[in-house]
Amino acid sequence: MTERNTVHAVFTIERTYAAAPARVFAAWADKEAKSRWFGSDKSAERLREMDFRVGGRERLNGLWHGDDVLVRFEAHYFDIVPNERIVYAYDMYLGDRHISVSLATVEFKSAGTGTRLVVTEQGAFLDGYDDAGSREQGTGWLLEKLGDSLEAA
Amino acid sequence: MFQALADPTRRAMVERLGHGPASVSELARPLAMSMPAVLQHLQMLEASGLVRSEKTGRVRTCRIEPEALSLAEQWINARRIEWQRRLDRLGDYLDQPEPQGKS
Repeated sequence: MTERNTVHAVFTIERTYAAAPARVFAAWADKEAKSRWFGSDKSAERLREMDFRVGGRERLNGLWHGDDVLVRFEAHYFDIVPNERIVYAYDMYLGDRHISVSLATVEFKSAGTGTRLVVTEQGAFLDGYDDAGSREQGTGWLLEKLGDSLEAA
Repeated sequence: MFQALADPTRRAMVERLGHGPASVSELARPLAMSMPAVLQHLQMLEASGLVRSEKTGRVRTCRIEPEALSLAEQWINARRIEWQRRLDRLGDYLDQPEPQGKS
């Protein structure tokens, strides 16, 4: 029997871009533009659907790095204020395990001629990650990402 | 802890240990460096609490200490790192010239 485990977390990430809010917003609102930066490599991508409107859904499926485990992202848009704010909820699945349910708020604020982007995620991280298989993958994945981010720094 | 993982050799060692315990010589085998250098990296990993080792006879066996980072923390950190990478890629995308006809 699976041991049930839920951990809640809230975190915020901020970035400032030289581009104006309308252009940054478009990178989130337009399917083609979003595919340029959001998600895995094209080669690992298996499905991308996006219906960008309040009540609309977005689905993105891709293969785990160098693996055959399917990662599924399924989002539901709740609030859209053009050039200012997007609020969506999303599920993450790793294979058939439901690993998290989150609310993401994306705020676009003018900063001179550029944009300050504030992303806040409020998540419930579920017991789906809590078994030996995903533990190993989780660790490997964390280290890989961490390595990449440190090398990029 | 992130300091301990800031080095590619130490990350490689932790990744190897992620598959199961290994002796120091097994850890050293794929690494192009001297045994004292390997031991120095191991010492840093042990100091960070990520890895522990114990000696039985002449063999020192190393294993990962999963409690050092709870599973939930791992996932939350992974999610945060994913967001950072994603927003880096967004920055790269925005740095490219705006497509014609859309401005």
